[in-house]
Amino acid sequence: MDFEFTPEQEKFRQELKDFLEDELKQGTFQPSCDAWIQGYSPEFTKKVSQKGWIGLTWPEEYGGKGRSHIDRLILTEEMLRYGAPAACHWFADRQIGGGILRYGTEEQKREILPKIIAGEAYVGLGLSEPEAGSDLASLRTRATEDGDDYIVDGQKMWTSCGMFMNYLYMVARTDPDAPEHRGISEFIFPTDLPGVTITPTIDITGSTAWAEVFFDGLRIPGKCLIGEKNRGFYQVVNQLDYERAGLERLMGNYPLFDAIIEFVKETKKNGKPLSGDTLIRQKLAQLQVEFEIGRLLTYKVVMVMEEGRAPNVEASMAKAYSTSFERRLASVTMDILGLYGQLWAESKYAPVLGMCSHSYLASTGYSLQAGTSEVLRNVIATRGLGLPSV
Amino acid sequence: MDFNYSEEQDMLKTMARDFLTDKCPKTLVKEMEEDEKGYSPELWKEMVELGWMGLVIPEEYGGSGMSFLDLAVLLEEVGRACLPGPYFSTVVLGGLPVMNYGTEEQKQEYLPRIAGGEAIFTLALTEESAGYDAASIAVTAKADGDSYVINGTKLFIPDAHIADYMLCVARTDEKAEAENGITVFIVDARSPGISTTLLKTIAGDKLCEVVFENVSVPKENILGELDRGWDIVTKTIEQAAVAKCCIILGAMQQSLDMTVDYAKERQQYDRPIGSFQVIQHYCANMATDADGTRFSTYEAAWRLSEGLSCTKEAAVAKAWACEAFERVSTLAHQIHGAIGCTTDHDLQFYTRTGKSAALSFGGGDYYREIVAREMGL
Repeated sequence: MDFEFTPEQEKFRQELKDFLEDELKQGTFQPSCDAWIQGYSPEFTKKVSQKGWIGLTWPEEYGGKGRSHIDRLILTEEMLRYGAPAACHWFADRQIGGGILRYGTEEQKREILPKIIAGEAYVGLGLSEPEAGSDLASLRTRATEDGDDYIVDGQKMWTSCGMFMNYLYMVARTDPDAPEHRGISEFIFPTDLPGVTITPTIDITGSTAWAEVFFDGLRIPGKCLIGEKNRGFYQVVNQLDYERAGLERLMGNYPLFDAIIEFVKETKKNGKPLSGDTLIRQKLAQLQVEFEIGRLLTYKVVMVMEEGRAPNVEASMAKAYSTSFERRLASVTMDILGLYGQLWAESKYAPVLGMCSHSYLASTGYSLQAGTSEVLRNVIATRGLGLPSV
Repeated sequence: MDFNYSEEQDMLKTMARDFLTDKCPKTLVKEMEEDEKGYSPELWKEMVELGWMGLVIPEEYGGSGMSFLDLAVLLEEVGRACLPGPYFSTVVLGGLPVMNYGTEEQKQEYLPRIAGGEAIFTLALTEESAGYDAASIAVTAKADGDSYVINGTKLFIPDAHIADYMLCVARTDEKAEAENGITVFIVDARSPGISTTLLKTIAGDKLCEVVFENVSVPKENILGELDRGWDIVTKTIEQAAVAKCCIILGAMQQSLDMTVDYAKERQQYDRPIGSFQVIQHYCANMATDADGTRFSTYEAAWRLSEGLSCTKEAAVAKAWACEAFERVSTLAHQIHGAIGCTTDHDLQFYTRTGKSAALSFGGGDYYREIVAREMGL
């Protein structure tokens, strides 16, 4: 056993911190919650690319750096700690690049991976549909073969970074007569094609981080197919493990944690700092305990990836646990701030940069994205503990 | 970063599991709860032969010189087996402080006897207030020529009734601040003036009231320095808390394993109850609690092994383990149904021993306060 990072890994962490501190000083970004999914900043993504930090774990022959999953863990940990705006590249870096490496053609690897690494391909995720959420296999979007092309008709929902993506990764039904799981294929294509309409979904916080995407007679070349036709469901299941595996499920609203700790140290009530209040100390310490557990559960996921295994059960456990932590963090912060907690960021009275109100509302969705906590517990129980599926 | 056991630790774990499954069945655990001594001398002897008493004691004092992390692996199995007797008291509460703070003479005198299974040790720390803070220490030790005379009452002292030696934490300077006037003494448990009374507890684990009445202890039996004993106590509490986490982890994992097995077998409405989603989700929650306990416990144990600071990690591990155990135990009972609440079923052993371990050396509130301090609050 070894619970520490190597000196090289610590050096890398320091390099990241220095970079992020510099960017903060330059005003490239302000720390914010959910910046990994909502922080649109082509400028920041370009800078991350120039540092060689997109596609960090990918093979060098495709422009990656061939580094370990632990290095990527450190990278994401610092990006999240600082609340850096990484949404333009996050999804492609996290799961799409890996999917293409695993199932894509040589041509796709040569064409798309360098664009992702260059911070130029912003890839949205086209998985959910109005009638296909947890039950992804019931999706209805059709991709019908027409000569060398496919004609796509249907609708996607909750497409991450839908409003600024220039590529869409998508799953669609390619064999309507086959059993549900065996008639689905994966595609990736540019979004500036005729037949694609994108409409923002305004979430409970007022954010437009997600979108609805409509396909009306969209024609895409056959080379957009990833992997084997009609095997897409099995390919995507693997990709979902990686979608669930990261620290963003624990640290999505981490800037709020830092901010509330500073707040209770600096704020006085009846002449005494709030941090001296036993109840507040206990609540924040409990959050810290829970955070450390989430950190270890997620580190375990990365250890599994490092061993070359898909982190199926481990990622499910880490995500289900960690998103409930994020929710509690927001809730405890709201309790501590009381009436002030409800103020939006633009209010002059809003404490902790107004992150509390945003996080409190946004965190209602954390346990739903990328596999609901219920689906994840099913995975832990059946695949992890061997309980019977009936 | 590596969360896996080494090959040697895997072997130690397997050997311990096999040995305890064979030699420490629940019939023995039950028998020992009712036995006044509370342990089996035959089993103790076999544990000595396996080298368990001297596992972490350096080779020069008759031990195997293994690490605290190795001991953690063994203690998890001890918890899984509900091993009765003074193993924890002797090795963790007695052996480690003597090893860490004893003079060369003290180490030469006591450690080989611990490793050889000839001396049972315990720590006489807690008193009426049942707290783990320095202000709770009211037992006094007053200088009298070349000796100190100890007076007062200790409570909740494990295995004191069979101990050969106690590390007694006593106040030697009543005028000093709470933490500055405390000394640890190695006391011959059979000294005149010591009387022990067994307390009846839920786990039947032989906690005692120990009354010291004019107990004379030679000066040379001071462990560490006069009036500076609280540092020893603090470190010992930290090690004991992590060690208790291992016991809790063993109890928790065994409760989960039994529950999953039962959920697969138990049929209701013509299907195994483990096929119902609510039961599956209970089990998933239990598994998450167990893994959280595992990783945080081993992180703390690893840091102790490496000689790194561990205040925050030990506090996180114990704060988590205490409450995770409560959740796991509650769900294990819910899934087992009424049979799990009977003395015929093994689950109740873990409910009792796990809770006892959770209460020992500080619970959630105590460790959250430490975490708060570590956070700079």
